Amino acid sequence: MRPASAGRATHDRLWRAWVIAAPFAWLIVLFLIPFVLVFKISLADPILGQPPFTPLFGAVEGAQGSWHVTFDNYRFLFADNLYLYSYLKSLKVAFISTVLCLAVGYPMAYGIARAARPWRHILLLLVILPFWTSFLLRVYAWMGMLGKQGLVNTLLLQAGLVDEPVSMLYTDFAVYIGIVYTYLPFMILPLYANLERRHRDLHEVAADLGARPLAVFLDVTLPLSIPGIIAGCMLVFIPAIGEFVIPALLGGPETLMIGRTLYDEFFFNRDWPLSSAVATVLVFILVLPIMVFQHYQVKETRMVS
Amino acid sequence: MKNRRPLFTVAALWFGFAFLYVPIFVLIAYSFNDSRLVSLWGGFSLRWYGELLRDRQIVDAALLSLRIAVISATVSTLLGTLAAIALTRMGRFRGRLLLGGMIAAPLVMPEIVTGLSLLLLFVSMQDLLGWPSKRGATTIMLSHITFCMAYVAVIVQSRLAIMDGALEEAAMDLGGRPFRVAVDITLPLIAPAMLSGWLLAFTLSLDDLVITSFVSGPGSSTLPMVIFSKVRLGVTPDVNALATIIVAVVGLGVLVAGWLMLRQDRLAAGETPIRAYA
Amino acid sequence: MPDPESRPPARPQPSRRPWEDREAAPFVRLEGLSKSFNGTVAVDHVDLHIYRGELFAILGGSGCGKTTLLRMLAGLEIPTSGRIFIDGTDMTNVPPYERPVNIMFQSYAVFPHMTVEQNVGYGLKKEGVAGAELKQRVTEMLELVRLGGLEKRKPDQLSGGQQQRVALARALIKRPKVLLLDEPLAALDRKLREHTQFELMNIQDRLGITFVVVTHDQEEAMTLATRIAVMDAGRFVQIGTPTHVYEFPCNRFVADFFGTINLFASRVTQVESGTCRVQSDEAGADIASGDAGGQAAGAEVWIAVRPEKISISREAPVVGGFNVLKGVVWDFGYQGNRSIYRVKIASGKIVQVSTQNRVRSDARAVEWDDEVFLSWDPNSSVVLAE
Repeated sequence: MRPASAGRATHDRLWRAWVIAAPFAWLIVLFLIPFVLVFKISLADPILGQPPFTPLFGAVEGAQGSWHVTFDNYRFLFADNLYLYSYLKSLKVAFISTVLCLAVGYPMAYGIARAARPWRHILLLLVILPFWTSFLLRVYAWMGMLGKQGLVNTLLLQAGLVDEPVSMLYTDFAVYIGIVYTYLPFMILPLYANLERRHRDLHEVAADLGARPLAVFLDVTLPLSIPGIIAGCMLVFIPAIGEFVIPALLGGPETLMIGRTLYDEFFFNRDWPLSSAVATVLVFILVLPIMVFQHYQVKETRMVS
Repeated sequence: MKNRRPLFTVAALWFGFAFLYVPIFVLIAYSFNDSRLVSLWGGFSLRWYGELLRDRQIVDAALLSLRIAVISATVSTLLGTLAAIALTRMGRFRGRLLLGGMIAAPLVMPEIVTGLSLLLLFVSMQDLLGWPSKRGATTIMLSHITFCMAYVAVIVQSRLAIMDGALEEAAMDLGGRPFRVAVDITLPLIAPAMLSGWLLAFTLSLDDLVITSFVSGPGSSTLPMVIFSKVRLGVTPDVNALATIIVAVVGLGVLVAGWLMLRQDRLAAGETPIRAYA
Repeated sequence: MPDPESRPPARPQPSRRPWEDREAAPFVRLEGLSKSFNGTVAVDHVDLHIYRGELFAILGGSGCGKTTLLRMLAGLEIPTSGRIFIDGTDMTNVPPYERPVNIMFQSYAVFPHMTVEQNVGYGLKKEGVAGAELKQRVTEMLELVRLGGLEKRKPDQLSGGQQQRVALARALIKRPKVLLLDEPLAALDRKLREHTQFELMNIQDRLGITFVVVTHDQEEAMTLATRIAVMDAGRFVQIGTPTHVYEFPCNRFVADFFGTINLFASRVTQVESGTCRVQSDEAGADIASGDAGGQAAGAEVWIAVRPEKISISREAPVVGGFNVLKGVVWDFGYQGNRSIYRVKIASGKIVQVSTQNRVRSDARAVEWDDEVFLSWDPNSSVVLAE
């Protein structure tokens, strides 16, 4: 037996300390502090300068360490219809897109889960594949599809369904398409994971007890897949609310989603304090869906183990 | 008895996959179209590829993006793996909950908020410390590492969670000191997950527009920023060519990775990189 | 010539029963050892002495704290309080990689990315052993566990039984002072389990290493162990040889844990040297026992009788007016080597009886609905206070 030398024991503790401290310190500096800064600056006054906001404390001459806090930005936020409208519009677009995504994704997830074994992996890979190509370019692809001279309009015209090109690009409709298209994998994967786990046994028992296929689906499959549905919906809904690129490229002037409003506020009006207030409120809006997601996620994980 | 193909499901699958792939194929087809107008087929041509390669702005941006993506993916894989090990293998320690929260939060945080917050950080740091003196590749990398490490951590964590903890305990019991155990046992077993994490981080970094727009400075436009400013005004054929190249590279990469993963029999739904979000 | 494998020569040992020797120093000593997780007590002030060369079993149901105890011995958990001594050295805070103790995990934890050879050699390599010596010792150890020729295999090319032997060889190669085994046979099928049991005992006997086995299977504990500690809710309920804990359980929990037992609520009526009489309404009879278990007259007790200690017959046995119950065969199960009877006695209680089937088809055998007499020797009934 070797005696435990003090040097080696310190060495072991050092390794442990590094593993924890390195990512911890990184995230404190580059995630937590920035977030606190957003909140802090949302309480400051805008000024013309660099940086374009008043310091919250300290630097004001003579008044050392005193606070200068204002809630004007938040007051303004709720007074101006633009912001309220943007928040509500974001929620509406995110909600409708989520429902559409579920409508497209559920049958697909179900189909993949019921496919023969080797096919399942291939189909799943096909669902994931587009995700790995540029998000920006996939959204861009729809600009070509939906434009006045795009493929969709060309086909509609040739089929004689319409007499003149339909305006689809730069509308809410295009945004729905864009969101569904981009986030479809996020809907399908949790649903697939859920549906695949509900073993055939349950279906066979239900069928054995005399249920017809549709009844089996309604009585067994659907209720059991609710956690998967909620997980998938939240994974679409949460990022859709703060989405910027899709409404910026596919939306029209009326598609004022909050991400776009915030971007414009920041880059064109250069009002940093107000942008910070907009961002703070956006995060608070997301707390509820994130909690719902967490809740079901924990439940699902428990069911697996 | 059960072999009746559910017609509806099959139709849904066809529709769904058409929806996913037709726009990409159309884009690829257009990239070979000699005509500038999307509705007109002007014959097969590689002219847009030529124009693309002569466009210094795009080539420079692409090189910058690649450089940032390689470094960001590497550092974030390192840090994300450490975070995953800390959360799954270090037992209880003070701040464990906070670390868990901070590592998961970037996954649900709107990019626009992350971007804004990081910009505010860099501006404040410049004020207080004088560093970073200007915004550019460095600040972009710092930002990309931060959000990419969250994805890496989730992937590696899910691998560690299904890995028998007794393996490391056995190694320790046989005389392996903690660092040796990590090198001998943990790292070889999570290497595939780390590779997936690196690839995902690389893709995310290469692709990021919103956060980058906030933290980049003059003269440091990344590829997505250049593309965005081009396509904001409408469809441009050289972007089609660029998209085709990216799709081809990614498609090939994913097929190779997928094949490798299949070979290692690891392509379970729980372990595909995209599950990072779930 | 007798096969040396089947009958190992007995090692010279000072005593086969060191725990009875007041002079013997314990090899492993636990003093007031406790472990709690987030306020939940897993192991509760445990004291234990294990002697050199013992094959000691810790037996208990799931969640009784037995695995936590084993992990503390290995150094994988740090005790909340108390001390651990191994061979006279305080090991309480020594990390696992510096303890002269090795463990075989329930999952075996064979490193999937290493060959059999690399797995088994891992511990020695960490000690700095290399080259020809490493190779030779690995080969020797693989011969011992009969895995010779599989050196280059990867774990996924091995059966469950082979993986278990890799884990065993890997843990034994460092010649630990104590080998810890967590449910060593749980993952094996019945046939292999019986075989492995004897192989483990064989190896233990040859190497003379002290084994501590944790198990939930009382048969496994009884076959393997020199002594058994029965654990419940973080404490030891009883420690003794297999015969002792089976024949003289100290309470109903232990009695029940080791197979089936019939229990009758009773009251002690008379205590004399060598005999004890109790009266039981549940049994509907006077019962005699060889020992009062320290109880005085008037005490409320339980009388416990093992099914195989009870004889069953159609005719009234010729004994005194005690330990005879009358009943009807309620249920009957033929198990080949023995038969199980469930007899309903006057109070409505079901008494279980088992008999060896020595004769091939016994025409006189007791059948369903037969009226029968049950009787047993006073020395077979145990008085339990709780």
